[in-house]
Amino acid sequence: MIFLEARQVVKQYANHLALNNVSLQVPEGSIYGLLGPNGAGKTTLIRIINQITGPDSGEVLLNGRKLQADDVHRIGYLPEERGLYKKMKVGEQAVYLARLKGLSRNDAIKKLKFWFEKFEIQAWWDKKVEELSKGMQQKIQFVVTVLHEPKLLIFDEPFSGFDPINANILKQEILSLKEQGATILFSTHNMGSVEELCDHITLINQSQAILSGEVHDIRQQYKDNLIKVDYSGEQNLIEQHLDDKYIIESISPNHHQNTAFVKMSSDGSVNNMIGQLLNHVEIHGLQEVLPTMNDIFIKVVEQSNQSKSENR
Amino acid sequence: MNKISLIIKREYITRVKKKSFVIMSIVGPLLFSLMIILPTWFASMDNTEEMNIAVVDQTNKYDQQIEDTEYIKFLWLKSSNKETLSTEYKEQGYDAYIVIHDDLLKTPDAINIYSDAQITMDVKRHISRNLEDFLEKEKLESYQIDGLDAIIEDVHNVDIDIKTIKLGDDGSEKESSTEITMVFGIIFALMVYMFVLMYGTQVMRGVMEEKTNRIVEVIISSVKPFQLMMGKIIGIAMVALTQFLIWVILSFGVASVLSSVFLDGAMPQNSQVEMVQGMNTEMDQAQTTEFADSLTKVFEKIDLSTLVYSLFAFMYLFIGGYLLYASLFAAIGAAVDSETDSQQFVLPIIMPLILSMYVVMGVFKNPGSDLAFWFSMIPFTSPVVMMARIPFEPPLWEVILSMVILTASFIFTTWFAGRIYRVGILMYGKKISYKELWKWFRYSSK
Repeated sequence: MIFLEARQVVKQYANHLALNNVSLQVPEGSIYGLLGPNGAGKTTLIRIINQITGPDSGEVLLNGRKLQADDVHRIGYLPEERGLYKKMKVGEQAVYLARLKGLSRNDAIKKLKFWFEKFEIQAWWDKKVEELSKGMQQKIQFVVTVLHEPKLLIFDEPFSGFDPINANILKQEILSLKEQGATILFSTHNMGSVEELCDHITLINQSQAILSGEVHDIRQQYKDNLIKVDYSGEQNLIEQHLDDKYIIESISPNHHQNTAFVKMSSDGSVNNMIGQLLNHVEIHGLQEVLPTMNDIFIKVVEQSNQSKSENR
Repeated sequence: MNKISLIIKREYITRVKKKSFVIMSIVGPLLFSLMIILPTWFASMDNTEEMNIAVVDQTNKYDQQIEDTEYIKFLWLKSSNKETLSTEYKEQGYDAYIVIHDDLLKTPDAINIYSDAQITMDVKRHISRNLEDFLEKEKLESYQIDGLDAIIEDVHNVDIDIKTIKLGDDGSEKESSTEITMVFGIIFALMVYMFVLMYGTQVMRGVMEEKTNRIVEVIISSVKPFQLMMGKIIGIAMVALTQFLIWVILSFGVASVLSSVFLDGAMPQNSQVEMVQGMNTEMDQAQTTEFADSLTKVFEKIDLSTLVYSLFAFMYLFIGGYLLYASLFAAIGAAVDSETDSQQFVLPIIMPLILSMYVVMGVFKNPGSDLAFWFSMIPFTSPVVMMARIPFEPPLWEVILSMVILTASFIFTTWFAGRIYRVGILMYGKKISYKELWKWFRYSSK
């Protein structure tokens, strides 16, 4: 089921087009990555979903219904440009922000107590924000974002400002929010976390969605049929025994075993390759190498930029 | 609507709890009274330094005609002493010396005073007044009128006291005092000016704080930018009114304490302190009674309906003027990234406000003039200028027209500022020009 949908969203600023017919469909209960280089239009799209700004044309549907004013209560938004009132006390401020999201004072306090205990930060309640480190402030900010138990969570670069330990805690929290049924839209440049967390992605470049789909499918789609083979025996034996459907890209000899990367042409297959090698070397492991999201990102964006500049 | 009240509450409470607010609330009225009292106090301070001045009168006409005062002694020397004086007047114990070298009626500048220190105005005035009196008398005597002294005495007794009577529309008469009216006019106008400037810039700082703290995007994902802006403006307005209320109450408190102290001081048995202080108690008493009298007179001349009317006008003009300026300040705060960038935009906005204080000075000369009329209609100057005119009771239609124009104007500026605001708060690291602001205003109109 599609929880959030954007249909042909267009947004024009004074002298540039920020979004050009961008559509996306976010399934309920999934983690959806919104990727793209800086200035591609991700933040504009996120702001439209948050009703901070409106689209010039196109529409955004939440749960099959056009966005409405009080939908902001169903959305939790952690912007990339985020901060807190420095002079205000942590607890007081968290209650204030929660109430702006429609929680009653008592509910807000109750829920905050829960999260503060979970993160073991009860002692911060009466501290001023400016007394906390940046990482601590980010934690508060995260708590405030999820406090009202929104059905849709939007994280814009959530890991910036976190050390690896806290980034990991955050990752676990995001996954557990997903398990509890939240739908998560996730914008980042950190491709490692995309592979780990996201089910689907849309890649936006120069105001247009240029790639969309399940992470698994996309990696399959962009694979170069590269096989990694771990074997022991004479190093160049495999070269002798594989026919020309298989091209060896590299072999790294090791003390006990060798690792070779073999590129398969389209009429080759893994089974066929094993058959050719089986009687000559001892195979320890064999694995198809999928491209990283990082590689795909760079490749797709460069291709798109090239074709755009050619069209000009 | 519930959300805007949350914002108002936060803006209000965080500001009222600040130390600076508490201090301003207490110190403000004191500063105010000091501002009024100090200059008069300084002016009335007698020069208590003793001075000896030698006088050499080469004409021998004016012997002993400059009276000694408590602190200044004049010693009349023979002309022959003149030569030594210029070099040794200090050794001879004088602070200055005067030389009169010709008939002052024929050559009025034939008198010089020499000293190494600057001679104060008071001393100069004392000398010239004494000599002028003497010369006047001399001149009068030259006409040889009989019974001159009696005539002079009689002439000096002429004294008039103009009472200004304000005519009501129904022909009823009411005594008014131009001086008191003026004082109230200037206090009210100054208050409007100060509050608009002080709290208007607070709005700007508040918006800038939210922008530079980067909290603004978090908040406007929950509320509309316009709600955030209005919540801030209204919250701060309430802070201003709270401060005003505290000041009024404190000032009345201080005034009543002062007047009771002075009234008590008029009774000898309660003025032990002054008794101890010395011999001029009697004079003090005379002064304090006089002061208490004038204070009661001030209170007598303000009647309740005028007071209520003035207070209402003050509230309306202050709130109207504040809203007009505060929304513009909010737009500036949203547009710029730092305090230093804001200067170029703040100046043109506060210019009319400063101008209106100058106009107020002209208004006191003639509260019904064209100048006063037009500047109390132009919305950017009307809060201050109209406020200064209120104690002079301008025609009611003018007051109402001025208020209507002001209301329409602040609705317009709020709308205008709102559009710039909602684009500006999400704009970082851009150099802002007026052209850029105009662009923002236009493209949010889509």
